[in-house]
Amino acid sequence: MKQDVTNILVCGIGGQGVMTAADILATTALDLGYDVKKTEVAGMAQRGGVVTSHVRFGPKVLSPSIVPGEADLILAFEPAEALRWSTYLRSEGLMMVNSYAQLPPVVSIGLFDYPEEPFAQLLEKGIDAHQYDAGHAAIDLGDRRLINSIMLGAIADHLPFPAETLEQHLLARFKVKGESIVELNREAFAIGRRAFN
Amino acid sequence: MRREGSKLSIAESVLPETRQFISGNMAVAQAARDANVKVAAAYPGTPSTEILEYVAGFPEIYSEWSINEKVSLEVAIGASMAGSRALCAMKHVGMNVASDAFMTQTLIGAVGGLVIVVADDVGLSSSQNEQDSRYWGRFAHLPVLEPSDAQEAYDFTRAAFALSEQYEVPVIVRLTTRICHVKGVVVNKEAESHETRGFVKDPSRLVMVPGNAKGRIPKMMARDLALKACSEENDLNIIESGTDTEVGFITSGAAYFHVKEAFPDAPVLKLGFSHPAPIEKIRAFSQTVEKLVVIEEVEPLLETELRAANIEVYGKDIVPKIGELSPPVIQPAINNLLGKAGEYNNIIPAQNIFPRPPTMCVACPHLGIYYCLSHIKNTIIAGDIGCYTLGAGHPWNALDTCISMGASLSVAQGIDKGRGESDQNKNVLAVIGDSTFLHMGMQGLLDITYNKGNVTILLLDNRAVGMTGGQNAPSSGINLQGQETSQVDFRKLCEALGVKPERIREVNPYEMPTLFKALREEVKIKEPSVIITNQPCVLTERYSKLPPLKVDDDKCTGCGNCLDVGCPAITVTRRETVIKPNGKEKELAFVQIDTAACTGCDLCTKPCAPDAIIPARNISCDQLTNAVEVK
Repeated sequence: MKQDVTNILVCGIGGQGVMTAADILATTALDLGYDVKKTEVAGMAQRGGVVTSHVRFGPKVLSPSIVPGEADLILAFEPAEALRWSTYLRSEGLMMVNSYAQLPPVVSIGLFDYPEEPFAQLLEKGIDAHQYDAGHAAIDLGDRRLINSIMLGAIADHLPFPAETLEQHLLARFKVKGESIVELNREAFAIGRRAFN
Repeated sequence: MRREGSKLSIAESVLPETRQFISGNMAVAQAARDANVKVAAAYPGTPSTEILEYVAGFPEIYSEWSINEKVSLEVAIGASMAGSRALCAMKHVGMNVASDAFMTQTLIGAVGGLVIVVADDVGLSSSQNEQDSRYWGRFAHLPVLEPSDAQEAYDFTRAAFALSEQYEVPVIVRLTTRICHVKGVVVNKEAESHETRGFVKDPSRLVMVPGNAKGRIPKMMARDLALKACSEENDLNIIESGTDTEVGFITSGAAYFHVKEAFPDAPVLKLGFSHPAPIEKIRAFSQTVEKLVVIEEVEPLLETELRAANIEVYGKDIVPKIGELSPPVIQPAINNLLGKAGEYNNIIPAQNIFPRPPTMCVACPHLGIYYCLSHIKNTIIAGDIGCYTLGAGHPWNALDTCISMGASLSVAQGIDKGRGESDQNKNVLAVIGDSTFLHMGMQGLLDITYNKGNVTILLLDNRAVGMTGGQNAPSSGINLQGQETSQVDFRKLCEALGVKPERIREVNPYEMPTLFKALREEVKIKEPSVIITNQPCVLTERYSKLPPLKVDDDKCTGCGNCLDVGCPAITVTRRETVIKPNGKEKELAFVQIDTAACTGCDLCTKPCAPDAIIPARNISCDQLTNAVEVK
């Protein structure tokens, strides 16, 4: 078992499945015997706002919040959100970014600008960032909610436990929805693993 | 900050299958079950909403959505008087509503265990203010317990029932968002059974007329002393010795873990039983450290009490008075006090990114209402608490006030009566949702009709408590358990409250021209009128999706009118500046519709002059029939 605390920050916007992804990560760590804490601050986030979830696991977890500069991994479901939360990453940290951009109404009506080439900006900051259009991949698979499973696949090979363990927990969650849904998520998870590695 | 854990969590010493991964809210619900609570009541409010939703999953507990927090507390009080254990949960502002009953119930005390769970939205993630509910313990002379995580939310709620019965006192369990919505490992303790003693008539205690209440005050004062002694010895107040005594901390709630994270080697006195505070225990602890700092969210409550007791402490003089006290907030403040360097030095600098303020949902029936309101001139619009408060934002900017539950009507009445010369031609409106109207709004309507006010009221009946996730209310005709029950008839209710039948209109908010007409007509009439909109919240099962729409790029002229509807499914693809024949510049915004998100409400087609918004796919006859029926 990994002896120090692992910090994973999952970020995106309301409705993308950020909470679910974080929950799957957390329960996987729990089943492996770790102490786990996970923030679930949603509030108005369910109305298209910014959503983050902090997952912390290790022998003993104190504060549920990741301190800026302390995240080992950031899983960003949206490129501008990746940029927003990049300050949480530690210097040797890893960042997986869904390149599928989602513009809020305040950008649409011209009050604010969407950042130019957010991914390039991450690289300029010297971040070990990787991107893939999980949004379109999920839509191609038939359901945009699959972004979730693709992004979990993205970090599956960078966790202190085997990718297969995470996959089992992910698929177990969809068991009640039938074999075809399980298969779709298995495929999405595999796409994420391939695309980011 | 990365280091090995110094001690194992309680959870790790037990069998893996008994370790649950649950939120503080779920932990409270399970504690209520295991404490053999018989009655639980609440009105939804972030961050406490889920407590009662989880309790509803335990059929052995009678649970209800009450119409407001005062009612929920009174229901719990009644159950306690009947000799049963009772729990009432609310968000911080709910206590303001419940306080009338609360401040007298403390004289009566508890018969069956009575626990009030109050959840503070520290940092205002979804509230109109920030309040420190620990004040209520001081105000009403009753104990306050403060869990620091989900396990403690379970343990302390169990302990609260025992304390409540031992001292015959209502007990506050004070949560914050970081407790309610943080999941952690929780292990349950053995369930207990509690015998309902039955209602015992005792007017000197239960009938709070002046003569009887006077007799209860000395008893309350004696109880204060007993609770104080209990707090001094209580094992919820623990000292964790540390190796570095340069600075020691007194802390409680979520802040405790933030302190442990930031200063793992410092001595800490953790207050679980935070009011009445164990002053002598703290005094003794203060002798063991060089500097003593109180870390509390959010007001300098304990700090003030300790200073009054001549204990030298630092507190809000060095730590922020507002918001959450996370490690990056605490550490620089303490290092500064100790004259040390070592701020959090982020490798990657913070970056300013556009905000993502909460938006209304795709196809929300409120979209059409705010489109209309934003296009009516000469208005003063009093708003209320709910999703529709978002109408104050872009692109509508169609709300002028928002204060408290139900305030729209009474504030509008005051604006009408207090209007000056410059406002003589203004149309005063109030906008309120169904659940908020039933919570505390209908009294305002009665006030308007009784006092001959002139307010046009928009009663947005979407048959749900939308902002907290679409919970049921008397307007939905479905109770907390999902069973059918009586459904309030708003037309009859408004009539009973004195609105003339011809001044009550029911309108489909997706039919914008009808809504516009109704609004324009009613604001002209100088007496109270109510326009009830009647389409369900899109988050609820009542809502039926329609086939999605798309933008015909060849027809879109870039006028941008559809953006005024404010639907988040419409986004701009490109902008252009053109010079009109009169030489003026005009900004064009060409749009697209996110077909995967669109549910075909049709609102955006209304302001689209070139008819560029069309069905996204060929619609079958069946779907068309369905569409007509739903509309």
